[in-house]
Order: sequence, then C-alpha cells, then structure tokens
Amino acid sequence: MIEYFLRHAQVLLASLGQLARAPGSTLMTVCAIGITLALPTMLYLLVDNVEVMSRSWQGRAQASVFLKQNIPTKDAQSLQRDLLQKPEIQSSQLITADQALAEFKTQSGFGRALDLLEENPLPASIVIHFNDGHSHPSIIEALVAELQTRPEVDLAQWDMAWVQRLHVILKLVQRAVFVLAALLGLAVVIIISNTIRLAILNRRDEIEIMKLIGATDRFIRRPFLYGGVIQGLLGALCAMAIVSVCLQLLDGPVVELVSLYHGDFATSGITGRTLSLLVVTGCGLGWLAARAAVGRYLRQIQPK
Amino acid sequence: MIRFAQVSKRYEGGFDALTNVSFSLDKQEMAFLIGRSGAGKSTLLKLITRVESISRGQLLVNERNINRMAKRQIPNLRREVGVVFQDHKLLNDRTVFDNVALPLVVAGVGHRESGRRVRAALDKVNLLNKERLYPLMLSGGEQQRVGIARAVVNRPPLLLADEPTGNLDPELSDEIMDIFHQFNQFGVTVLIATHEYRHIDRLNKRVLELERGRLVRGGTGEED
Repeated sequence: MIEYFLRHAQVLLASLGQLARAPGSTLMTVCAIGITLALPTMLYLLVDNVEVMSRSWQGRAQASVFLKQNIPTKDAQSLQRDLLQKPEIQSSQLITADQALAEFKTQSGFGRALDLLEENPLPASIVIHFNDGHSHPSIIEALVAELQTRPEVDLAQWDMAWVQRLHVILKLVQRAVFVLAALLGLAVVIIISNTIRLAILNRRDEIEIMKLIGATDRFIRRPFLYGGVIQGLLGALCAMAIVSVCLQLLDGPVVELVSLYHGDFATSGITGRTLSLLVVTGCGLGWLAARAAVGRYLRQIQPK
Repeated sequence: MIRFAQVSKRYEGGFDALTNVSFSLDKQEMAFLIGRSGAGKSTLLKLITRVESISRGQLLVNERNINRMAKRQIPNLRREVGVVFQDHKLLNDRTVFDNVALPLVVAGVGHRESGRRVRAALDKVNLLNKERLYPLMLSGGEQQRVGIARAVVNRPPLLLADEPTGNLDPELSDEIMDIFHQFNQFGVTVLIATHEYRHIDRLNKRVLELERGRLVRGGTGEED
C-alpha cells in the first residue's frame, strides 16, 4: 500500500518536473486557463452579491398605506389594529400627518420654510411589515389590492415590487452565467487537452519504448493525467488571483455606490466555498481533458 | 520456449513477410537467425513480442498462445521477453541507471530491490562506473551494452536481439556476442537476428536461416 502511494508520489513529482522543464509554455497555458476560469467566477460572484443584496431588501418586505386627508387619528389607529389581526402582517407602524411633517422637515432641509404652510399637506400613513412566511409576492400583492379598496385608504403600494423584478432578472442572468461557464469550461478542456496532446507527441519515442518493455496503458497514462490535473489546479489558482485583484479594484467604488443607497451591505469576495469549487472544477476539467487526449493519442502510438 | 507452427505474416497491402514458418526453440537454447535484409528476421522477432500479430498459424511463447492473447495481457508477455534493438532505443534524457531501471519501474518493483538489480545488470555488461552518465555520452558499443542491461534487468527467461552488432566494429561486435553467450550459459534462452556469419562459426550455435520469408535452414520440417 505504501509502495502504491510512493509510486503515485513519484509520478506526481515527475509530472511536476515535466511542467517545470517548459516554464514558458506552462505559464502561458496556466494563464489562459486562469483567465478563462476567472470570467465565469467573477460573473458568479457578481450575481451572488446582487442576490444577497436583493434578499436583504426582501427580508424587509414592506408596504405603505397612505390614508386620505382628514381621517381622524382615532380611525387610523383602529385600521392599524385591524391590520395587525391579519396573519400575513408582522407589525405595522402608524405615522400621523404631524409625524410625517416633522420627519419631512428634518430630512428635507426645508426646515422653517415649511412652517409657512397653513395646513399640513402630508397624509397619515401606515407602514406594514410582512411576516417572513407570508412575504411571497402574490400574497403581498393580494393584500395590497385589498387595502386599496378600503374607504380610508388613498393609496396602498408595495414598495419593493422592483426588487421582485430584479430577482427574476437575476435568475435569468444566473442561467446565462451557467451557460457561459459551461462553454468556458469546454474551452479549458480544449486548452488542456491540446497541451497534453503536444506532450504526448513530444514523448512519442519514450511511450513507444515504454510499451515495448511491458508498460501497461494505465502506467503510461498516469503522468499525463497528473499533468492535466496539475495544470487545471494551477489555472484555478491563477483564476483566483485574477478575481481577487479585480475585486480589490472594484471594492472601493462598490462600497461608495452601496453607501449611496441604504448602506448596510458588504461585498462578499472569494469565500472558501468559491475557492474549493474553483479548485475542484479546475482539477476536474484538467483530468477530463487529459483523459480525452490520452484516450485518443496513446492508442495511436504503437511500437513498430 | 518458442514454438512457431506454420506461421505466416502478411502485412496490410499484401506483402508476405513470412510464409509457413515452423520451428521451436527449447529452454536455455541459443540460436542465430540469419538471412539478408528483408528476409523477415525483424518481423519474426516482432511476432514474438506481439508488436506485430500473426496472420496464420500458431505461435507459443513460454507456453502461451500469442495470437489468442488479450490486449491487456501483452505487457505481461513483454516483461518476460528481454529485447535488444539495433538502434538501442534508449531514452537520451535519462541516465544510464534510469534507462536500465525502466523495466523495473514499469513492473512496479520496489526502489531498493530495483537499485540492486540495476547494478547487478550493469555489472554484467561492465558499465557499473557509468551509471550516472547519459546515453549520448557513451560510445556505440557502450550504448548497446546499456540496451542489453535493460533487456536482462528483470531476468526474463527469453532474450531476443535484432542486429545487436549492426553498427559496431568486429572487436566490439565480438564483445557484445560474448555477453549474450554468457547469459545463455546462465540459463537464458537467446535468439539473435544477425547478418554477420562470423559469429556463427565462432560460437558454434544453432542456425535458423530465412530466405524471402521462408525458413530454409534449421526448421522442424512442418512445411507443407
């Protein structure tokens, strides 16, 4: 058993040696694989981040109900109590016309200018927070439509309808990224299998001699499979480096942009999960590519 | 050890390289296979290691039926037959030691054991002091001796050689043949294809002669 692992370790070292002997071409291959893998990874991270961001908005699914002017505060309060009876609604907050005006004064910066108004132009409103279990868009939409029919209500609107639309778009983009990733994965397979093909042809004589002295196909195949996996691995690491550099470059502007909107959002970079996914994908594609090349070309090489 | 029974080999394109060849070579026997270039000597040797497959007839090597052998059995067959080539077929980017060790690496022999056997083989061909050199640093005769060491390193019961002295001057040529003779005296079955008739007279061994694909001397007379 130890002997078996020792032999594999030897082959691994030999494969590394083969790659190190041609540093230029190895480097170019690894960079090509890196760039090819970096592209879908970045798109994946982008979609992932936007999704997390949109989910955090959705978690606060809320609707605003604007009441008609001159509805007494008492009636507004009873409406609010009514609403709380509904299982969909977790909490609600009544903002009276006076409160709305006070808030507007402090936030708008008009300040004292508003004092000049003879009467408060703002309506009272109720902000509704939905239960997480009932935040499905169809439920929210039905409830909002029902509220709209109440006599006290001037306008009921769901604030986050666009988040829902964004969510649907994201799903579309996700699928596009998936297709793109599959295509680029195929490109990686082609790149690696081509280098393996060249490696096989370069060592044609050696392979012939090995076959003549009784090497099994499995034995001859092994270093090439290792070579493919190593190239895939190095490519994945290269992709990771490219992505981290890009994220570093983007991080500043993104934070700035996000702070212009509600603010509490941190970009998630390469997590352990992404990294391991990338490495597994790289190695897997490398193995697949080597396997394809070896299957095709080793059979052609027979001693004469 | 080897038994040809009415073996024919026709290459694609219709060239008959061997026709109805029948002979057998006993264990521990040594024989020369002679004939002009193109008489079929190389083809005959290639059939034994299944580099080429036979078209008709039957061929037994070490009691195994070669033409019925499954593809995955071929490596095992080749490990039992040491082959020395005219052009040495050494790996020029590996040391003498690594070249000789190759059949053992391929067969999965352990590191220590293989080191011991490589040195023993190099000792027999008198190259022990050159194990760290690369093949291209050696003379033609020395390269051929490396090839012989590689052929015998995993102690095959059968040793084949295809024009092993082809490019050597008479003195070196004799030296190489003496090495084969020694192995034969240690009990290895040896079959050497050559066109140097000199060795035949010198070593006084059995002779098989091919002429245009037919065995004209030394066969078992199974020809029809």
